Amino acid sequence: MVEQEISRRNFLKAGALLSGGLLISFTIPQVGGRLGKSIIPGIEGGFTPNAFLNIQPDNKITIILSHTEMGQGIWTTLPMLIAEELDADWKNITVEHAPAGKPWNHTTYGIQITGGSSTTWSEFDRYRKAGAAARILLTQAAANRWRVTPDKVKTANGLAILGDTKLSYGELATEAALLPEPKEIPLRAATDWKYVGKGKRRLDAPAKTNGSARFGMDMQLPGMLIAVVAHSPVFGGKVLSFNATRAKAVKGVKQVVQIPTGVAVLADNYWSANEGKKLLNIIWNEGEGANLNTASQMAAYKKLASTNGLPAQKQGDLTAGFAGAAKIIEAEYVFPYLAHAPMEPLNCTVKITGDSCEIWSGTQLPGVDRDNAARILGMKSENVTLNVPFLGGGFGRRATMASDFVSEAVQIAKASHQTVKMIWSREDDMKGGYYRPAYVHKLRIGTDADGMPVAWQHNIAGQSIMAGTPMAAGIKDGIDDSSVEGVKDSPYLKAVPAHYVGLHTTKEVVPVLWYRSVGNTHTGFVMETIIDELATNAGKDPLEYRRKLLKDSPRHLAALNLAAEKAGWGKKLPAGHYHGIAVHEAFKSYVAEVAEISLEGGKLKVHKVTCAIDLGLAVNPDGVRAQMESGIIFGLTMALYGELSIENGRLQQNNFYDYKIARMNEAPQIDVHIVDSKEEMGGAGEPCVPPLAPALCNAIFAATGKRIYDLPLMNHNFITA
Amino acid sequence: MTTLTVNSKTYHVDADPEMPLLWVLRDIIGLTGTKFGCGVAQCGACTVHLNGEAVRSCVTRLKRAEGQQVVTIEGLSANNDHPLQLAWQANDVPQCGYCQSGQLMSAAVLLRENPNPTDQDIDDAMSGNICRCGTYVRIRKAIHDAAAMQKGVAVNG
Repeated sequence: MVEQEISRRNFLKAGALLSGGLLISFTIPQVGGRLGKSIIPGIEGGFTPNAFLNIQPDNKITIILSHTEMGQGIWTTLPMLIAEELDADWKNITVEHAPAGKPWNHTTYGIQITGGSSTTWSEFDRYRKAGAAARILLTQAAANRWRVTPDKVKTANGLAILGDTKLSYGELATEAALLPEPKEIPLRAATDWKYVGKGKRRLDAPAKTNGSARFGMDMQLPGMLIAVVAHSPVFGGKVLSFNATRAKAVKGVKQVVQIPTGVAVLADNYWSANEGKKLLNIIWNEGEGANLNTASQMAAYKKLASTNGLPAQKQGDLTAGFAGAAKIIEAEYVFPYLAHAPMEPLNCTVKITGDSCEIWSGTQLPGVDRDNAARILGMKSENVTLNVPFLGGGFGRRATMASDFVSEAVQIAKASHQTVKMIWSREDDMKGGYYRPAYVHKLRIGTDADGMPVAWQHNIAGQSIMAGTPMAAGIKDGIDDSSVEGVKDSPYLKAVPAHYVGLHTTKEVVPVLWYRSVGNTHTGFVMETIIDELATNAGKDPLEYRRKLLKDSPRHLAALNLAAEKAGWGKKLPAGHYHGIAVHEAFKSYVAEVAEISLEGGKLKVHKVTCAIDLGLAVNPDGVRAQMESGIIFGLTMALYGELSIENGRLQQNNFYDYKIARMNEAPQIDVHIVDSKEEMGGAGEPCVPPLAPALCNAIFAATGKRIYDLPLMNHNFITA
Repeated sequence: MTTLTVNSKTYHVDADPEMPLLWVLRDIIGLTGTKFGCGVAQCGACTVHLNGEAVRSCVTRLKRAEGQQVVTIEGLSANNDHPLQLAWQANDVPQCGYCQSGQLMSAAVLLRENPNPTDQDIDDAMSGNICRCGTYVRIRKAIHDAAAMQKGVAVNG
């Protein structure tokens, strides 16, 4: 906690990533430590101008990522930013994740976190400056050798050049390391960019095609045991008693230990540990969690949402607005809990040696996890090293402020005095909580004679993801912005003279968490399907109706118009095919999607999704396209199948057979277009998710005349294909 | 003691013959390219070749592999240059990458049996492999590209 204190201010900043719209403050690269002990653990010698890169005499360039790669492509995008200014030889670049440590704190949020679709925009200046600072020093070192002024020295492709004379960066590394840090670090003009806006192929692709990429799950240490944990079948339950005798009799099982969250079985392989886990005869004190049932929970939420919640956003006189309305439209929306279900089940490896500890964890929150581990062990944070292997998907699940799976692994290592790799089964992962919360929205909308909204009452009921965590400091006047984002800041509401957005924050035993695109997963659906309904009510084309309401929202319009144009909106489709459209802003990016479907014999087929994004500058355009494709499939899974349910406190879903994920045969053709934009940079990883489900459901309306007010679609008797 | 061949190398394994091959590969032999995703043959992350056929190693018992030939992702090619691997790299298919070993092992059997697969063939062969990052569109294109590569047609990434 010495190095990376989790201050209230930092959590406010972390909380702010959920709401967006905060000031962006870039910090200059951490320059120092070029002499003596390296500031990058594990990297010695050569030239380390800052915490983000090292150049060795053999020309090897190691780029250190402040953020973690979980699929989104920053393993390539961040090195592009350094290479742009460094004039590096791209083929000499290798990439590593930073360990937990202050130099790699987020430039805006103040803690070390990968989230909020923020990596590229938040590092755009810092990583370019890191490369530029290195080039200035290498240029100076070359100038010193050649006894000329630095302005005579050119750089290209990892070389300092003076006429016909060349020196490689590696040859200059030792001398550059002795020079004082540059006072000013100018950056190149956009017109000179070679990489930014053009792109490079993924640097992690080769390791991810031959099995050599190392994920947390792949950690192997001498003497390491595999640990599995029997968890309470009910959230918040505690172990009353258990019997380890039969478990210990399983060949390979070495130890059984009780920890605060259950009973851990340690063995020399996963299968033996898991066989032992089945034989523990645990009696649980289930506690109040056993009373939870989805049906009664949602009934209570519906009742709550029928009344005004705490104000999140209000304007004008609702009563007068409704009194003057030509027509009133009411709608109730219901959304279930969702599990992130990354392909790599949660896991963590812990090795305790005397008064120090080393951890390997695929985490989105390395610093917080390290500090929580230190607290459990009674160690100083600087005695705990946390290394980050590749993450087999994250989607928010690998970022809990309580460090749930890291803490559990540390507890096992502490109780057993063993080096352990803790592995959760898919079922543990599914039932382990930290879900996208369940929500109910109730809307009452008054429209004028032209069908335009004049009064809008909108109440939301559901859990807060910040409450009960250190991020609770970010809750203002009872409003967790992540519960209402996408509604309270909706461009549609700005055009409605009288409106009220209310929030009822509920409390449940179920731990909840940010989930790819967070509140926009449900708010985007509500806004974009109800707008479609209002358009129908007004007798207008859904695209035209949106254009009218969004006339003062140019970035929404840019994405909307481009997607509509590329999809051929309004043009003749093949017989039996229908279009639906949606546009939504999230994490400072504006994404529109058009879904083309057919519903022959009740069989739902999504043929094509056309997508347009305005994210400002696209640093790596094909990486942006890949994220759009990814988010569209993620959104499709959510729309078709995403549902967790609870009976008597027990999560009813277990594995991929009852928590289905969209597969190859369901994947539509995807056509992505990037708006040519000079606007502020936004994110890519999350904003692609929200428009898919509403675009799909609006297409279903076009095909059937049936509006969808609750997800997933599998509950509506569509046969998916 | 169970004897099996993995990537042309013979191993003598002292383990319960009921143990799934996945854990023999990962925890005993130490080949971690084959991934654990679900444990119940639902996601395909653990796909390996058993005598040339794609099997889910999480539900394939060690005893079934006794005396048999197993190929894992580490054995798909010597230099990461199977046409599928090259096509995967050229198309930037992997995102998180965790499922891709299984995707490639499933695709390798498809391409061996069907050098010119249609989209429907790809659906049929690949729908057992889940990708939570949603790389399906690129997997589909990469399989087509690899098929062309096999036939000696130049492919643009």
